[in-house]
Formats: sequence, C-alpha cells, structure tokens
Amino acid sequence: MAVAAGGAAAIAWPFIDQMNPSADTRALASIEFDVTKVPEGQQVVVKWRGKPLFVRNRTKAEIAKAVADDAASMKDPEKDADRVKPGKAQWLIVGGNCTHLGCVPTFGGGEYGGWFCPCHGSVYDTSGRIRKGPAPKNLVVPEYAFLSDTKVKIG
Amino acid sequence: MLRKLSVIAAVAGLLTAGAAGPALAAHGALPAKEVHWSFDGPFGKFDQAQLQRGYKVYREVCSACHSMNLVSFRNLGDKGGPFYDKKYPNSNDNPYVKAIAKDYEVADIDNETGDTIKRPATPADRFPSPFPNEAAARASNGGALPPDMSLLAKAREEGPNHIYSIITGYAAPPPGLKMDATQHYNQYMAGDLSSYWSGDHKHVPPGGFIAMAPPIKAGQVTFDDGTPSTLDQEAKDVAAFLMWAAEPKLEERKQTGFAVLIYLVLFAGLLYASYRKVWKNESH
Amino acid sequence: MSGHSTYEPKTGIERWLDARLPIVRLGYDSFVDYPTPRNLNYWWTFGAILSLCLASQLITGIILVMHYTPSADHAFASVEHIMRDVNYGWLIRYMHANGASMFFIAVYIHMLRGLYYGSYKAPREVLWLLGCVIYLLMMATAFMGYVLPWGQMSFHGAVVITNLFGALPLVGESITTWLWGGFAVDNPTLNRFFSLHYLLPFMIAGVVILHIWALHVVGQNNPTGVEPKSKADTVPFTPYATVKDAFALSVFLILFAWFVFFMPNALGHADNYIPANPLVTPSHIVPEWYFLPFYAILRAVPDKLMGVLAMFGAIACLFALPWLDTSKVRSMRYRPTAKIHFFIFVVACCILGVCGAKLPDDQVIPGVTTFQLMASDLNSFVWLSRVAALYYFAFFLVILPVLGLTEKTLPVPDSIASPALSHPAAAPAEATAAPEMKG
Repeated sequence: MAVAAGGAAAIAWPFIDQMNPSADTRALASIEFDVTKVPEGQQVVVKWRGKPLFVRNRTKAEIAKAVADDAASMKDPEKDADRVKPGKAQWLIVGGNCTHLGCVPTFGGGEYGGWFCPCHGSVYDTSGRIRKGPAPKNLVVPEYAFLSDTKVKIG
Repeated sequence: MLRKLSVIAAVAGLLTAGAAGPALAAHGALPAKEVHWSFDGPFGKFDQAQLQRGYKVYREVCSACHSMNLVSFRNLGDKGGPFYDKKYPNSNDNPYVKAIAKDYEVADIDNETGDTIKRPATPADRFPSPFPNEAAARASNGGALPPDMSLLAKAREEGPNHIYSIITGYAAPPPGLKMDATQHYNQYMAGDLSSYWSGDHKHVPPGGFIAMAPPIKAGQVTFDDGTPSTLDQEAKDVAAFLMWAAEPKLEERKQTGFAVLIYLVLFAGLLYASYRKVWKNESH
Repeated sequence: MSGHSTYEPKTGIERWLDARLPIVRLGYDSFVDYPTPRNLNYWWTFGAILSLCLASQLITGIILVMHYTPSADHAFASVEHIMRDVNYGWLIRYMHANGASMFFIAVYIHMLRGLYYGSYKAPREVLWLLGCVIYLLMMATAFMGYVLPWGQMSFHGAVVITNLFGALPLVGESITTWLWGGFAVDNPTLNRFFSLHYLLPFMIAGVVILHIWALHVVGQNNPTGVEPKSKADTVPFTPYATVKDAFALSVFLILFAWFVFFMPNALGHADNYIPANPLVTPSHIVPEWYFLPFYAILRAVPDKLMGVLAMFGAIACLFALPWLDTSKVRSMRYRPTAKIHFFIFVVACCILGVCGAKLPDDQVIPGVTTFQLMASDLNSFVWLSRVAALYYFAFFLVILPVLGLTEKTLPVPDSIASPALSHPAAAPAEATAAPEMKG
C-alpha cells in the first residue's frame, strides 16, 4: 500500500514539475547593464526575466527625501541605505512590478515622487518603498552587483 | 411576455453599461467629438471616395512615421476597400493596386546569391514599415514610438472619433502648464496634467501631452476629386480610412447581419405561433 | 430516467438496438416523454439556451484553433489573420468572443432563477452543486480564453489574476512561478492556458451531462416550488417544453446576432487590440464584464490576502447555499420578505459590477468631497463596493439562515394544478404568465 502510494507520488512529480521554469528560461536569468545610459533624475526600464526593471538615477534631493523618511511609519519598513549599494546611492535598481498585482507603476507619479501604480493606486516613494495603497511590500530590489563603476550585473 | 423580454433587455443593457463604464472614466481628456460617419448604424457602408482621400492622407503624411503592418496592398482593392473595382474581383489583378504597390520597396533575399535586396512591392506584400525596428522608430521620434496604424481605430475608445479629435484637438498650452519642448498639448489626449499644472488645482486643464507634433495642416494634401482639403476634411477622411484598415469586413458584417436578423425574427415569429398552438388547450 | 419507461421500439432495427444499447430509449424518456411541470415560465428556458451556448462555443472554438497559433510571437497576428484573411473568420471569431458574454448572461439568469425559486433545496442540492462546478469551470475557461489573443488586456489581465495566488503566505511565490513557467507571464504561460482552454470546455460538457442526469433523477422544480403530484400537474416534454424552449432560444439568438453583427466590440476592451507589452500597463485594467462583481469585492478589501479570500469566499457562498437557507418554503413567490431581499441582492450584484469597472477612488456623486474613512473618501466607488459586498455576504450568511426561521410565509398551494384550476376562466398564456413576473 505504502509502496503504491510512493510510486504514485513519484510519477506525479514529473507531471507537476514540468510546469516550472524550463532550463532555457532559467539560463536567461542575468543581464549586464551600463548605468551611464540613465540621465540624472530619470529612469530606464530594462527587460529582465520577461519583466520590467527600473534603473533610476536619483537626484540629491530625491535621495535626501528618501533618507529623511527612513523613520516614517511604513507598511514594509526598510532603510534607504539598505536598498542601494554603499557609495552608489544615486542608483536605485528595483523590479518594475507593483507588489500588489503586478502592474507597471508610472515614473514620478504619486505624492512621494517615486512611482504610482495605475491599477489600484499604490504609491511608492523615491526609494521604491510602499507608502500608500493596497500593495503589501516595497518594490523588490533584485540581486545585483557593480562589476565596475558604470557596469552592473543583475541576477 | 413582453415584460419579461424587457427585463432581459434591461439586464443586458445594465451589464453593457457597466462594461462600457471605463470608456467614460478616461482621465481628464475632453470627450471625443461626435462625427457622423457613413459606416455608422446597421446599414452603414464605407464611402469609397472618402477612403481614397483618406488613403492619400495616410500615404503622404502618416506613413512617414506610422507603420500599418497588418494591411497588404491587395486589401486596398478588396470589396469595401478604397480601390475596389468590380472588374477585378481578385484584387491582385487590380491595376491601380499594382501601381500603388510598385511605388514601395520591400526587403527580400535574392534567390540565387542569397544577398539581401530591395525589390518593388507586389499586391501580396504588406505595407512596409517606415523604420527597421522599434528602437530606430523611437530614436527618430524623440523616444516615443508612433503606434502601428492597422488597428488604431479599434485600439482606442471611440475609435475614429478619437482619431479625428486628436488631429484637430491641438491647442496652445494654457499659461501655467509646465512642459518640455518635445511635448505637445492636446485636449483630447488621455492623461493627468495635475502634476504639471501650477494654477488652480480645481481647474486642471483637460487632455494630456502627446509626443506627436500637429501632424497635418489645412491644404497639405491635394485631393484628386477636388474636395477642398480643410484640416477638418483631412482629419475625417484619414480617420475613416483607418477605420477601414482596422475593420475591413465591416460592410460584409453588417450586410450579413441584416439578413440573419430578418431570418431570426421570422423564425421566432413562426416558433411563437407554434408555441401558442401547442399550448392552446393546456392551462398553465 | 425516473419512473417507468413508455418507449416502444417500432421497427426491427430499433428493437435490435434497444436490447443492446437502449440509447434511443434514454433520449425518448429524457426529452420526449419526460413529464414537465405545466407551470414553467420563461425563466426555465435558460437551460436549453445554455446548451446552445456551450455547443456554439465548442464548434466556433474548434474552428478557431485551426487558424490560431499559440505563441507569444504569433498569437496576436494569427487572430488578425483570422479576422482579415480567413473566409468568414471574422464571423466565427466574433461569435466566439461575444458567445462567451452571451453564455454568462444566460448562466447568471439561470442561477438567479434557481436562487429565487429555491431550486437548490432538497432534494436538488447535488444538482445545484454541479451547476456551481460548471460555473467555476466556465470562469476558468473564459479567463484563459481571454488571454489567448495576447493583447494588452489579455497579458495584464493574466498578470493580475495569476498574482492573486501570490497573496498566499509561504507558497505564494512558488505557485505563481509554477503557474507562469518562468519569472513572468510569457510564452510558456500562453501555451499552457491554450492547452487548458481547449480541455476545460469538454470537462464542462461532462459536468453538464451529470447536471442533466441529476435533474432527471429529482425532476424539475417549478414556480410554485410544489412537487408535481399527479398527471394533471405535468405535460410531456415534447412538444410542450420543446416548443417553448425553441421560441425562447430564437429570441435569445436575436440578441446574440445583434451583438455579433452590429456591436461586436462593445463588450470587449479597446486595449486588447494593442499587442501585449510587458513594460507598459494600460491605464485602467478591468476584467471582462462578467467578472466585475468579484473584481469589485477583491478591491473593496484593503488587505491583499483578505481581498483574495473575500473574492473566493463570494463563490464559496454559492456552494454552501443549500445548507444556508433554512426556510421550508421553496419558492420565494410565497416568501414576501425573502423576495424583497432577493431583489436587493440582484441590485447589489449590479452595483458591484459597476464598481468593478470604475477606478476605486472615483467619486460616485461627482464634485462632492466627504470625509476620509479607511484611507478612502466616503464618496468613492471603493466605499460603494464595500457596502454592496457587505450586503452580498450578509444575504447568504445572515439573511437567508435567519429569515428561514422567522419569516411569515404566504399559504402554499396544494398542488401545481390547483391555483391554475381555481381560475377556470383562465385565459391565454399572456394573462397567467404576467403575474409571474413578480414571482
């Protein structure tokens, strides 16, 4: 009986696991990007793993505002410094999908000057932290590393 | 029974109204101007002379930036199309269409050498795009991508009314509206200008920014049929042409629909008569 | 299936077949000789209408697959190929797209009819549950079908709906990745949706057979809610019900044809004529109209997980309905208070539908600003949907259970035939049918 159940579970697994990302999809998981393409105060949207990724070159004022808000009450509290690489505070790299239901927030919208999601009205600040609306989490900071001063490897 | 039907109709109507809601919820833009089109209503048909004028506007103005990927030259000579001619039921033989196609060059591969070449288009070819790819299109247009025009009239709420309104809806930006030099103010463009507006917050100007400069001026296209080429006329004609490009089977659809409805109404009447006959002696 | 079969094979071939596979007998007993309550009104014709909808969707769908290419690169163009180049492709695709809406109009009327006349009560619980299963399968099928043209609404609709599963604690992220087959909605997602969109309709057809089977075991309910007691209460299915169904069907087809030929895109979204672009979300994402009430419930709740649970809970209420309603009287025709609540319920559902189509922060009464409550202005669609959603749940979880115990009901007739027979002057179908509108 237990043998039969074990066998059934073993044969079920391939049928379930086939729906997970395939090898060629997983292979596309990292990209390199030259951050000098982003002018100050602007963002560039890069496609990464089939989803948008925001690379934002923040102005001094925007950084100061984000740092000043570190102590404000937030749904998903996080310090601005923890969301960027040390010494590279002007480069904010975050996933471009709202953590509510995955829409793409618009740049510069909303009262915190970060992003505004048109679908259900979530508002993010200049650090990509959720400040208002139904989204539960901050915009996701992906795994990335600076290969040089201007080149970043994401994923 | 009539009351029941009217309830069903009311329910359907309510649901339709609910679904159509988002159209009205567009941000801040003025509602599109209502134009009376020849293709409106159950008996609507395209006005062939208008389609020809509209094609000329597309050819001479729009096509410099906008592609029309889903439309082939042969479609111009299809039934209901701008250059349909009864003598040529197969639009590939239509000499007018052939001549139009020949003016365009399309990329191909030489069968013998394998080199990439340019050859004159045939009626079977699609309209070639003005730019080789999206990046090139953006680079030439200040970062904005001119949308493909094959489905434009169906891809916007209010379709041809919207296109007509945009073309004729450019206005001088009201003082107090911050905008950079690459943008243009249009009262019919969807958008939310509140963050660019320094005036009274209760009176944010309607409309939004559009990357396209006013595309056409009065008199820019000379119509072959002598119609005066006012801006209004040009805008209407190209909007009608784009509606045809988006829905080339519109005439066929409406004509078929009329016959189907006549049949269904007669059939329903017949069934109602048999229903009354069958139930005549049954109380219920 | 119930009762004694009166089928008599006439020819030798019929006798030969009947002894080996009594399929003709089954058809005869179910659709010819089957006793039908004589007082069924037009609301009872939607079963037949739904069968036609299913058949129409299956046929047009199978034809569309002959021309469609399930691939993120080619799906949009292949749908346009159907619209522009395939002979009568425009007709078949518009029939399929509008057919889905017609299917839902009919199923909602069918469900409300069941709700009003108490068709879910013993002994018809299984019949009702099977109906709920069909409804769930229909929603899954419709959602996946809407993704296939791979337009902007298709794509972002798929993103929003699959992200709902991300609300689940711990396993949420693994489940969405598993559903997508990648790190985002992409080609693998389209392909699996296509596969399932082809499969599910046949599962619906299977459950429909069970639904009809269950119907023929327990018999049809009727507007009085009183079970047929004698031959005087019933008429044979053919020709009586057949001809009535056929007439209603033809009227329904007129509505269907009107949409297909004269306003084929009225129920869709303009944005879906723009090819899918993962980097830009349309400014206003809404599902198809038949999902709007549930979408409004989702948005009415400020917390993501609770919103998702409320949305699924709204459907779960339907499954529990046979055990929530405590009333002994079946038809609301004899339940004056329940009747009022039923109509408020219908209005609440319609309000939820309207709210689902609006932006949550839009004002219901333009120009009036009230005060903020739970981060939204009181005069906003999000608050209107909260009120309506509250009524939706109260109707199932409070009103029906309590009302069944407290309500003073009207006298129920002894049999179906008796109220009709008590008015011997009786009159053409119109006159007797009209009061049933209230009922």
